[in-house]
Amino acid sequence: MTKTDFPPSIRSRPVYGELAYRPGSLHLMVADGEGANALVDLVARAGAEAPGLLARAHIIYMPGPNGTDLSAVVQALGAAQFHRSPSYASAELRLRKVLADARMGLQVYLAGTEGLIGQAQREAMAAGLPHDAVQTEHRGATVRRVQCVHCKGITENVRTDPFVCAHCGLTLFVRDHYSRRLAAFQGVNIDAEDPGKVPPLVERFT
Amino acid sequence: MGLTFNTETFRGDFTFHNSPAAIRRFPFPFDRDDYMYSVNMEPHVPGPKGTVFEHNFDVDEHYLSEMRDRALVLAEDPLRCQSLPHMTLAGWDLLELIMESKARDYPDLFELHKNGNRWHWINRPMQIDQSFTFLDETTLPYGPMEYITRQAQGDFTLQDQRDDNLWIEAGMVTTQADWSLDFDIGMGFHEWHAPVPKAHELGVFDRALKFLLKLQHGAPVRRFNWTMTVDPLLDTSPENYPVWGPTRAMITPGNVGSRMHLRVELQTLHRLPRSNAIAFPIRCYLIRFDELVTIPKWGRRLHRVIRDLPVELATYKGFERNRATMVDYLARFDDGAPTSPGWMPDPE
Repeated sequence: MTKTDFPPSIRSRPVYGELAYRPGSLHLMVADGEGANALVDLVARAGAEAPGLLARAHIIYMPGPNGTDLSAVVQALGAAQFHRSPSYASAELRLRKVLADARMGLQVYLAGTEGLIGQAQREAMAAGLPHDAVQTEHRGATVRRVQCVHCKGITENVRTDPFVCAHCGLTLFVRDHYSRRLAAFQGVNIDAEDPGKVPPLVERFT
Repeated sequence: MGLTFNTETFRGDFTFHNSPAAIRRFPFPFDRDDYMYSVNMEPHVPGPKGTVFEHNFDVDEHYLSEMRDRALVLAEDPLRCQSLPHMTLAGWDLLELIMESKARDYPDLFELHKNGNRWHWINRPMQIDQSFTFLDETTLPYGPMEYITRQAQGDFTLQDQRDDNLWIEAGMVTTQADWSLDFDIGMGFHEWHAPVPKAHELGVFDRALKFLLKLQHGAPVRRFNWTMTVDPLLDTSPENYPVWGPTRAMITPGNVGSRMHLRVELQTLHRLPRSNAIAFPIRCYLIRFDELVTIPKWGRRLHRVIRDLPVELATYKGFERNRATMVDYLARFDDGAPTSPGWMPDPE
């Protein structure tokens, strides 16, 4: 699966590029699900630089929200450090440590779903890297991470629009308005003006 | 100046009202019979005596009741006031700007005495008498932005300037027209304006940003924005949308005059001297339809503006579902006569 093309949207909606090798002292790669293929392509495109890239690479990989697990493919790249994590939550402390220990010349590559990219990008920003110094490439599921503007709870892997908030139970429509600080899209109660008039939940993100 | 403060509520029994004098000085935002987005910024220079432009920060009859309402909102939801760590200096700049302006413009209500960094602030209407050390947060009961904006009408945001962009990184937002500081904090200029329809395509935000990046200290600017609100609810937050949303379905021909309000934001922008941030006060003025139509020119004009507004704008502003009822009501006050240029009422 190649990188995802999203329809044109509003200015707060994140856009993603294509990972490209940049010289660096440490190459931190974080990916989930089909993001594995973006790392494979990154290494292939690095050409003669590939051995040096892998010798200074630290890869954190986890299965995608749709269950895609290409751990074996990523491990076979032969990075200096490879870590398979069962979920983003379980990888977060490790990611923070790597970012905190980083020196000049750190390159960050994020690939996979928006939830993974957004959360890892937020950690990189918190560590002092400007958000545009991090490369991102979207692959795989388009499910969304959405914050309920009412109760503030975040629902992961939202597939339908509207959807039911996992925390307060309100039915929310999914806006394209996106907060990098929260790494989440915004969900707003769809039947606030006419309580109970909820349209069908349509699968919009797959 | 003989200002008396109303005792009134912006929730529950909604006793908010405008005196005849407050109606006459209402900042009616339409200077012609139609409306489309524009940058529409002008220098924020002192305006005619008695108008809302007379002073840098207008204090009116709603002051004490608005401050009580703000305290209630903050008690319910402290996330309405946030300041990212690097914005404290901008908060001090804002505190200084508001204190100096109010003490200068309303000497019978506010006093500011300085002895070096030892400042003494008196807010007579709110019965506050505070000595503190400027730039020392430990000497105030709140951070500087929260402290002073609990004593100043209108919402306030503070924008840091870097990388040729403005970043919304602090704010006191309790009287907002349906946007969330908690969600938007940290965004760049085009990001936090992203949901606004049409204006991006018109280039409004590109031009506005270019203009604001060059804003000079001591040369503030101002513009209007507006929407419609059912009942005089200052806190039309997205957070509480399930609470106030149902009132939009309650408008009838019989109550539209007494429940629908024109909501006007007088937005001013001030470059701050130490932080180089931009302060953005968003002052909300509410007026009931049946108050507004007592000014014949405004009744005529509002009818034409609302009737002819593009549907995207009416939808974004949240009143498309009530537009026909509003237009029918306002039509009774529009005899078809031409309106005079500018927004001021005609002389009586």
